[in-house]
Amino acid sequence: MKLKSILMSSGALALMAAGAVAQDSETPESPVAGEPMADEMTIVSWGGAYQESQLKAYVEPYQEMHPELTVTWDESSGEAVAGMRAQSEANNITWDLVDATAADAMRLCDEGLAMEVDIDEIAAPAPDGTEASEDFGEDMLVSDCFIPQIAYSYTFGYRTDVSDWNGETPDEICDVFDLETFPGQRSLERRPHNNMEWALICDGVAMEDVYDELETDEGQQRAFDKLDTIKDQTVWWTAGADTPQLLADGEVVFGSTYNGRLFSLIVEQDQPVEMMWDAQSYDLDGWVIPEGLDEETLNRVKDFLWFATDTQRLADQAKYISYGPARASSAPMVGQHAELGIDMGPHMPTNPDNSSNAFVQNYEWWADYRDDLDAKFQAWLAQ
Amino acid sequence: MASTDSSTAFVEFDRVQKSYDGETLVVKDLNLSIGKGEFLTMLGPSGSGKTTCLMMLAGFETATHGEIRLDGKEINNIPPHKRGIGMVFQNYALFPHMTVAENLSFPLEVRKLGKSEREQKIKRALDMVQMGSFGGRRPTQLSGGQQQRIALARALVFEPELVLMDEPLGALDKQLRETLQFEITRVAHDLGITVVYVTHDQTEALTMSDRVAVFDDGRIQQLAAPDTLYEQPQNSFVAQFIGENNTLRGKVAKLSGDHCVVRLDETGEEIDALPVNVTREGDETLVSIRPERVEFNPELGPDAHTLTAEVLEFIYMGDVFRTRLKVAGRDDFIVKTRNRADQTRFAPGQKIQIGWLPQDCRALDP
Amino acid sequence: MTDATTGPDHLTGPTPDNALRDADRAEARGGGSGGPGDPVLAADGTPLKQSLNRALRAQKLRALALIAPLLLFILVTFIAPIVDMLFRSVENEIVVETLPRTVAALQDWDYASGEAPDEPAYRAMAFDLMIAAERREHTRVGSRLNYETTGISSLFRKSGRGVDDVGEVYTDQFVELNEAWEEPATWVTLMASEDWQESHSEWVAAGEAAEAADEDFDDLPPRFEVADRIAEILPETAGIYQAFADTIRTEDEESPAEEEPWNVVYQALYDDLSGQLGSAAETYAGPGADLLREAATAVPDFETMTVTDQMIEVDEDWAEPEVWGTIKAFDGPYTSGYFLSSVDLQKTPDGVERQPEGERIYILLFERTLFLSLTIMACCVALGYPVAYLLSNLPMRTSNLLMILVLLPFWTSLLVRTSAWKVLLQQQGVINDVLVWLGIISDGGRLVMINNQFGTIVAMTHILLPFMILPLYSVMKTIPPSYVRAAKSLGATNWTAFWRVYFPQSVPGIGAGCILVFILSIGYYITPELVGGTTGTFISNRIAYHISNSLNWGLAAALGTILLAVVLILYWLYDKIVGIDNVSLG
Repeated sequence: MKLKSILMSSGALALMAAGAVAQDSETPESPVAGEPMADEMTIVSWGGAYQESQLKAYVEPYQEMHPELTVTWDESSGEAVAGMRAQSEANNITWDLVDATAADAMRLCDEGLAMEVDIDEIAAPAPDGTEASEDFGEDMLVSDCFIPQIAYSYTFGYRTDVSDWNGETPDEICDVFDLETFPGQRSLERRPHNNMEWALICDGVAMEDVYDELETDEGQQRAFDKLDTIKDQTVWWTAGADTPQLLADGEVVFGSTYNGRLFSLIVEQDQPVEMMWDAQSYDLDGWVIPEGLDEETLNRVKDFLWFATDTQRLADQAKYISYGPARASSAPMVGQHAELGIDMGPHMPTNPDNSSNAFVQNYEWWADYRDDLDAKFQAWLAQ
Repeated sequence: MASTDSSTAFVEFDRVQKSYDGETLVVKDLNLSIGKGEFLTMLGPSGSGKTTCLMMLAGFETATHGEIRLDGKEINNIPPHKRGIGMVFQNYALFPHMTVAENLSFPLEVRKLGKSEREQKIKRALDMVQMGSFGGRRPTQLSGGQQQRIALARALVFEPELVLMDEPLGALDKQLRETLQFEITRVAHDLGITVVYVTHDQTEALTMSDRVAVFDDGRIQQLAAPDTLYEQPQNSFVAQFIGENNTLRGKVAKLSGDHCVVRLDETGEEIDALPVNVTREGDETLVSIRPERVEFNPELGPDAHTLTAEVLEFIYMGDVFRTRLKVAGRDDFIVKTRNRADQTRFAPGQKIQIGWLPQDCRALDP
Repeated sequence: MTDATTGPDHLTGPTPDNALRDADRAEARGGGSGGPGDPVLAADGTPLKQSLNRALRAQKLRALALIAPLLLFILVTFIAPIVDMLFRSVENEIVVETLPRTVAALQDWDYASGEAPDEPAYRAMAFDLMIAAERREHTRVGSRLNYETTGISSLFRKSGRGVDDVGEVYTDQFVELNEAWEEPATWVTLMASEDWQESHSEWVAAGEAAEAADEDFDDLPPRFEVADRIAEILPETAGIYQAFADTIRTEDEESPAEEEPWNVVYQALYDDLSGQLGSAAETYAGPGADLLREAATAVPDFETMTVTDQMIEVDEDWAEPEVWGTIKAFDGPYTSGYFLSSVDLQKTPDGVERQPEGERIYILLFERTLFLSLTIMACCVALGYPVAYLLSNLPMRTSNLLMILVLLPFWTSLLVRTSAWKVLLQQQGVINDVLVWLGIISDGGRLVMINNQFGTIVAMTHILLPFMILPLYSVMKTIPPSYVRAAKSLGATNWTAFWRVYFPQSVPGIGAGCILVFILSIGYYITPELVGGTTGTFISNRIAYHISNSLNWGLAAALGTILLAVVLILYWLYDKIVGIDNVSLG
């Protein structure tokens, strides 16, 4: 759990530095500066608040420096893997830079659809001169094609106005499985990731043994049995916006989703919902470069990435959304929300108060077991 | 066979009115009695209300006012399927998804007849229209004439006393139509059924019917036997609608009993006529003369008037000659003469005298 | 009352149409003057048939030219993807293309023996994996095989990194023996044909000239050629060295003269020299003969390590027979594996087996898709028939207005419509609220109407209803009211007239509507995804998952192919039972 310790320490740093005025440090010129570059770039992202944070934090500042550049957004990150495969098969690459989750990046890399990169040539060193590879840290660099941006987490939100709960509020993951104290519908993602881990943790498996246990048929059965206890009280979501909507409508009293979605539901929309950080599951999101770009486009993408993944830009992004910057060196620079003016620190998944019992998805393990477990999970759901 | 006595009437329309929109009447104050066994034709241009009358009788339309009686019973509120009236439609309305035999069987089945009885009746009906061997075919496999025979058979197979026919021959070509006209009257007379027949074809009406009701503008203009209708039209509409007809416009100059003299508006010439719709001297009138009743260079009485005419066209038509004349300023005056050995053949431009018997020239409403 | 002219018209004489046709036939017969057996000739003496064909051919060509754009369009956008889908559902070339040596080496190995294969298979795998890793293809084949056996994905990913080390033990010993073995030039001299060396020198010269002139030089080095003399005595080495040269040429655009060979090349050299042919090296007299002889002499004293051990050192899973069995089971260029998976079977090294109980999902989903589609179809008939009847019997003005209401859903986004159903049907939704307010249900007993089959049926019926109403309407519009009138005049009650006369004639519309609705719903995906929960999803949701998430396009294609086949079979059945003539869209 090395990633966890890095994230925690960076969270702590973030707290310490919350009041400090962030210095916009100079970033050395990118290695491709001066080379011929394309004037157009298509960036694929997730849309919504997340894309907005990217736009504000680095795309707009970059365009100010390079007014000749036109950026086209494509909100297809949810379909990134299929899209890149289709483009590669059609031999017509129209995406220049793709925002993808770590798991997708890994898959794209395996399929030879994403370009393998040397992170030290793509990302600038930290202001103190630390190499990018060290600044991101080994646990962030889950794939040779992956250029990390942020760490987010899957976590639970619950309604604060449920009368059946008699004033109790859930504060640990296993409350999700406790229908007696916390009756009501739950919402969980319609895929095995995280759900299987949470089920095992609540069935008494130590966090560090979860994947070893899940590798065995008995372990998988154990997880399914645990999930069975709440199956008929569960709505299964597929889109990140589902759980916030279900919580807002009162359709569910308890639901998992990305912490940023819950942040906007709680803080920006002021709904009677609270966050439960216990056993939050970290995941990463970052850039991949499609294989097969022409040289000028590639130069542009590299030049942009050099800027967009530097310490200051990643720290800036956290002003707009409650996701933790992927660089250790960015953590001290995280400040306040750009519009609401609140400290972002306590809302970061990496805040020590929040991350005391967090765990990190094992991407490599899931790459192996995803096909198998997904089939089992869907069969279990369909019954 | 024709009976107009209301006490013995089989079908009776009593002051029937019909309006679809509440503003205009399609049928205005219709009074009509049809005797049992009578073949009555409703003749008229489209929109004259004849089909509406038929539909009211069949029960597909309800009368806005008045009573319709069948065999002495008021049927206004009886649904169509309980009236027991056979009907033949213009487009035959044979059920396309059933065979001919099934089509004929349909009215018998809904009357819950036994199988053997049904088969017997179907056979008889098909034989009656000489289609005995067509029971297994589908309607689409038949020609128009054959379909109409089947439609007739179907309307008759359940032995109704009254059969309605809505322009049944309208879609057929002339030759076939004539054959079927004959056949329909034959069957009707054989079975002694009452037929109400709607058509806009006057030949059909004249050849088939016991009586013809000429409809126009929602009213019966004249109800009479075919010969009366042709020879003694009661008004100018009937005169013009039935058969070929020459008309001349004028004013009554002299009126005495069953003879009058009409001065023509155009030339001031005078002609003899039978007063029908004129009551006093000075009345405007339209005189009507059938083309075959006009004589050339007539040798009539000494008081008789003749007209000078100029031959415009002489048309040879085989059995008759057709001469178009310019008479009293009009150039559409037609005279038909039989092709006889001694018949003169005129050349265009020739001037001749024409005349007629006063009773052949009817002075009608203007 | 009898007359010769009273017979049925087909007996009494020709109708005008018949007469014309008869005249045509007579004319055609009269065209030729010959006897009954002679071919009929046209005016210019050619056989009539031939000249008719000529005339028709021109017409047909013109007609073909007119439809050519559409034909092309359909071929490119419709037929081609279907063919591609059919192909993908069986295509499996990736295994044999990426691992050709392994596939060949496994030919004689039998999984049933329960033992992992022998050394040659490991050696072949090391070579294949080395090449694939350099070309970055190993992870793809790993993903492919991981669909079948869990764990192969990471095995290949890990081995791709570790396979570098296979043969290193020999590299070290050869270099220790003579440092020349470390030099790329040594290898080129030993391995390359004279032709290649010549064209390589030219390439080097061209590069230097370009550099001197400060110009770009992007030409690839010439493709490597192994000298025949060396291929005879060092066949393994020659093969793998050739692969090495080709790979660095295309991947790195480098010449073998500048790159130190992979460790597996030294492995191959050791294998060659220590094998039966090793003695041939003694008599070799070409370039590098001394070096080779020295090596051949020294080889028997080398410290040895089998490739098997080296591979197992990279990842212990290589000792598992199951991994090899999976490769062997999927070594053909075509496979039935995807289709087997589509029907809850699996192709294992032991043969075809049923999936374990917890993983059987596709048959269930196919059944559910059919059941739900039929239910939706039935709901559409039940709701659409009265509407279509009303539409076709109302006056034009009113029916046009109603028709707009029917078509209104078409003008709204599918997503919006489906979301509206969510708002209506969910437990805190409008319908439940109204029911609670009316006191029909208690607040605690709110009905579950969404995220289950009920939700799917309701929402899909609503969405597909126009596809039922439109064909029904257009058929009903053509049923003249006189049929029902005729039936009534013949004594039928309203119900009998409808059921025996009207309804049978509207069957073609029902048929067309049912086919449309059924086929559309069987492939529907968005609505079940949004409102179907876990029990109301269709097979298409799994297809979408495999296309966009798991990237298992082969399985998606197989599922799609089965779906297509099911539709075709049902269509055929419909034709058999109802008759396809009984379908009318208007």
